[in-house]
Amino acid sequence: MTTGRTTAHRLRPLPAGPRSILIDCGTPAAARSCYRSLQARRMSGLLEAADLVPGATTVLVDGIDEPELLAAELPGWPLIEEAEAAGETVEIPVCYDGPDLEAVAKMWGVAPDDVADIHSNVEYEAAFCGFTPGFAYLEGLPERFHVPRKETPRTTVPAGSVAVAGPYTGVYPRSSPGGWQLIATMTNPGRLWNEHREPAALLVPGTRVRFAAVRV
Amino acid sequence: MSHIEILRAGALTTCQDTGRPGWGHLAVPPSGAADRPSWRLANQLAGNPTGACALETTLNGATVRAHRNVTVVVGGAPCPVTVDGRPEAWGQPVKLRAGSVLDAGPAEVGVRSYLAFSGGLHPKPSLGSHSTCLLSGLGPAPLKDGDTIPLGPSPAHPPLPTQWPAPWAGISAEIVMKLHLGPRLEWFRPEAVAELARGLWIVSEHSNRIGLRLEGPALRRVDAERELPSEGIVAGALQVPPSGQPILFGADHPTTGGYPVIGVVGPESLAAAAQARPGTGIRFAPIPMPYWSKRG
Repeated sequence: MTTGRTTAHRLRPLPAGPRSILIDCGTPAAARSCYRSLQARRMSGLLEAADLVPGATTVLVDGIDEPELLAAELPGWPLIEEAEAAGETVEIPVCYDGPDLEAVAKMWGVAPDDVADIHSNVEYEAAFCGFTPGFAYLEGLPERFHVPRKETPRTTVPAGSVAVAGPYTGVYPRSSPGGWQLIATMTNPGRLWNEHREPAALLVPGTRVRFAAVRV
Repeated sequence: MSHIEILRAGALTTCQDTGRPGWGHLAVPPSGAADRPSWRLANQLAGNPTGACALETTLNGATVRAHRNVTVVVGGAPCPVTVDGRPEAWGQPVKLRAGSVLDAGPAEVGVRSYLAFSGGLHPKPSLGSHSTCLLSGLGPAPLKDGDTIPLGPSPAHPPLPTQWPAPWAGISAEIVMKLHLGPRLEWFRPEAVAELARGLWIVSEHSNRIGLRLEGPALRRVDAERELPSEGIVAGALQVPPSGQPILFGADHPTTGGYPVIGVVGPESLAAAAQARPGTGIRFAPIPMPYWSKRG
């Protein structure tokens, strides 16, 4: 985590077609701050954009009439600091019973029983969504627990599977192919995506997430 | 109200309207009609308000039975049109009586024909749109033989008493697209821009609403091993995976991706891309990065 000081950020506007700008923020923390600042500006009417799409270290501002005006403004922007950004916290009950639990324990250098404690003692933040509607890339896992993807992706990962790969953890909202290491199962995966709810995704960028171990 | 019935769904027939723009931050692709100008015009000629849902066919058309009197316009990729076996006009309002069968045949050129019905189609919406998304599975499933789709109430103003056919830009053996360079041009070797301006790529048969896979000169990166953290993608993005063979993203594109985008074609080229058959040649006219991207 950075300190969030304004001077630490250097936002670099990159063209992404005639009506979009990709803002390269340099770090995940700066991207989160930049996304919050863009959201605030959009809410207050200072920015008109069809969509703001955060990435790992970027924010895509899509559907803007005059990209050059936004590009000119960017370097002078004060960014919203981490401490001000207390997003909503969502608790996700999970059962640590994933098929890759032992392999992950081995890579972490811990006993299989310790994986649940380690994974559920972290407060995560949804950095961005991708892959499939409602799938959030959750950041927060300390670097020593970052593991590679599986060498051969599974053709089917069941809905509700809780997985880790690289700096991220995530929960599959629906059954799909997947290459991440599966360590747990969400007891009620139907919560992740509900088209009749606003917003449809449970985990939107900025949401704080905690996993709670349950026994079956 | 009543409905239409799909008698022959063809290779791929989907419901399409304006799609779901604005939900990219939840990983929802924009979707919507792949060839917007053709879809819009077919709806206009059918007397529908902007944004009405129509059928989008792929290569070999579709056959539909009307279960009430309805006006239909077949636009987009030109194709033979029959009603109860008798030839009818393409690109013009055609009246169907309840029980009549409309056939839109194989596309003579292009890929996607649009069947716009007066009143529009009203399958179950998802996030406010009736569009099928092949990538995410949102919206109605691709249509199967025997499916029925509700029709909306007939428009208050009847279809224009028009005799002019829907204009069709036509598809040549080669399409030239303006390509706005960036955002990740610097990931590629300096000769990439000249390569883009000179090269000819062929649309692969592994192409769909998600994107066109292009086969041609490989676009080489400065550092082939470097990994790009996932970042947002727009429709029209020309993404270059490690093979160097680019993908031109269409309406059902993923919202984020981990391979660099060398350039983005403008909206005017998306319709042509949607009508480009496998085997069509694609050339690019690169547009330099704007002045503001070069500072610092």
